[in-house]
Amino acid sequence: MAEISLRNLHHSYLPKPTMPADYALSNINLEWSDGGAYALLGPSGCGKSTLLNIISGLLMPSSGEVLFDGQDVTCLPPDKRNIAQVFQFPVIYDTMSVYDNLAFPLNNRLLPAERVDARVREVAAMLELETLLDRRAANLAPDNKQKISMGRGLVRDDVNVMMFDEPLTVIDPELKWKLRSKLKELHQRIAVTMIYVTHDQTEAMTFADQVVVMKDGEIVQIGTPVDLFERPHHTFVGHFIGSPGMNILPAKLVGDDVWLDGHKVALEGPITCHAGKIEVGIRPEHVRLSSSGIPAIVRKAADIGRHTVVETAVGDRIVSAIIHGRPPSCGAHIHLEFDISHTRLYADGRIATTADHQ
Amino acid sequence: MVLELREVTKKVAAETHVFETSLRFEQGGFNILLGETNSGKSTLIKLMAGLERPSSGSVWVDGRDVTGLSPQRRNIALVHQFFINYPHMSVYENIVSPLRAAGETAAVADRRVREAAELLQLSDMLDRRPHELSGGQQQRTAIARAIVKESTAIFLDEPLANLDYKLREELREQLPEILAQRGTIVVYATSDPTEALLLGGHTALLHHGRVAQFGPTAHIYRSPADLVAARVFSDPPINLAPIRKRGTMIHLDDLAWQASGSVCDLADGPYTVGIRPHHVAPASPTTPSVSVDGRVEITELSGSESIAYFPMAGRTWISIGSGIHPYRVGEQHQFHLMHQHCFYFDETGDLVAKGAADG
Repeated sequence: MAEISLRNLHHSYLPKPTMPADYALSNINLEWSDGGAYALLGPSGCGKSTLLNIISGLLMPSSGEVLFDGQDVTCLPPDKRNIAQVFQFPVIYDTMSVYDNLAFPLNNRLLPAERVDARVREVAAMLELETLLDRRAANLAPDNKQKISMGRGLVRDDVNVMMFDEPLTVIDPELKWKLRSKLKELHQRIAVTMIYVTHDQTEAMTFADQVVVMKDGEIVQIGTPVDLFERPHHTFVGHFIGSPGMNILPAKLVGDDVWLDGHKVALEGPITCHAGKIEVGIRPEHVRLSSSGIPAIVRKAADIGRHTVVETAVGDRIVSAIIHGRPPSCGAHIHLEFDISHTRLYADGRIATTADHQ
Repeated sequence: MVLELREVTKKVAAETHVFETSLRFEQGGFNILLGETNSGKSTLIKLMAGLERPSSGSVWVDGRDVTGLSPQRRNIALVHQFFINYPHMSVYENIVSPLRAAGETAAVADRRVREAAELLQLSDMLDRRPHELSGGQQQRTAIARAIVKESTAIFLDEPLANLDYKLREELREQLPEILAQRGTIVVYATSDPTEALLLGGHTALLHHGRVAQFGPTAHIYRSPADLVAARVFSDPPINLAPIRKRGTMIHLDDLAWQASGSVCDLADGPYTVGIRPHHVAPASPTTPSVSVDGRVEITELSGSESIAYFPMAGRTWISIGSGIHPYRVGEQHQFHLMHQHCFYFDETGDLVAKGAADG
């Protein structure tokens, strides 16, 4: 188990990068403590897989350093880094039994047979695979195969870090819940440093203590799931996290007053930046349908069981609200109220208000 | 237009992929096939599209038996989970290909391609090759190709499964509008219950090659016919537990609550109760509830909702509540079972009663 530091990492797939757009990764600085659960979250092409490959040693960065427990491993090949990796598609030996699959990573390390046996049984118990140990891996269900993949990573107790690359993409929703909670439980029990790469906000938020949100090769925000939801530092994070994401509404700033489609909007606190493109950010969870406030017209409502997402139009802007109970009918004229303590201002995409704690 | 499956089955060697199934899909709105991997969704689509022949039974379109017809002669379009485009052709060439194959004139074909591209926001990309596009754009190209030709039916087999989460959200939002303009029967397979609810229309719940329930999507979500339907159509998984009705009271382990709704008419005895995780609230709700202390085993924050797992009556329960709840693992928390939202199943698994609350 190790503490991981990434220092000034840059990477370009081009031989002679000249401009910022030539870089797949820029200016990555991260300190991950031993035993933490971390997620790298972002859309395709944001650089998260490049970063993962640099940490695992499959890729040498153009510049910068990777340190495990203070030791520079930037130039070490993957097999010298002592890493366990779980991929999107289960990597197992179909012809072997579940037991042999789990034992495999230990067998080529010359461990005494009884140690191997004890480890395999321990891991099998954690993953609820005990009853399948004698079965051949070939015909197992996808979630069991993915559990074996995880087990092969977990069986070694000397790994520096376990890395998961979109491990639940091919798993059905109900099993996703099971595997996700299993993984969380495992982390609570064995406390190995874990890094989880995904484009799925739910997986990142449910798994990690700290989420690193990436866009265009750079880190846009590092924070706990609560931070990212409550106070996105960037409109990208606001949009990317949450379903639907934060409403980002172009607004006008006159002195310290913010106007949205001709209506003054109260903000959470003082404005810290008055320059640039001004937008109001408010999550659908904090928009209420009301008898007073900003006039809006209901465009549609989607009932997803546990709540209803109401899409409204304010002028030519779409504002979503999450409500409980019956939605108004389409075309209805209503009013919207924003919860002041969650109404934030963004200037050129960056947060431009501070919370008013009075 | 109407598409019907009449008593079709599909066996491959000794294995039955689809047990006897009859379904009727009409034009207008989505027809959703919801089920896990290997539940029979893709097989049903292949049978309807003519890619596979049923072992028995028949497929009908507008009162005409098409069972023996090849896919080409059924006038249908298909979109797969994996974006399938011709890599050596431009986006334009990809979209126009079905029209060329159908012998459409160049002028009409050009107009149709441009219309479809406009609808799918591909107008600026018509000259590009598929590999120069993002995953979302590639799948939009495949969808444009599917809708460019007038067809009786369009089948979409988990078309969003391989897309990034946010792209999925975006395309899911646009698809109903795009397809509504086509005047075709839409059949859409998914394994995601929330996706089914968002798309609306009608849903067939599939489980191990059988249709567990078919009806308007919101209705079957609120009234699952049996345990299987309740489990298939619940994300996160529905909480299930044995209970006993005695007089006007329902007993679950040490908990007890007053019967409501059609539950009052149930005979005394054992049943299985089902309650969705969002009706196991982390804070006191406005509707009647019964409190239970649970030791929180796992907590998760999913975007805007808090999830907690706790043990009760020998099983793990899931609670999901909107907002952020400051759970601590290992500590006791008071949860509230909103019992008027419970489903009651008899020993064969059929739904026999629901609490008084609607939905």
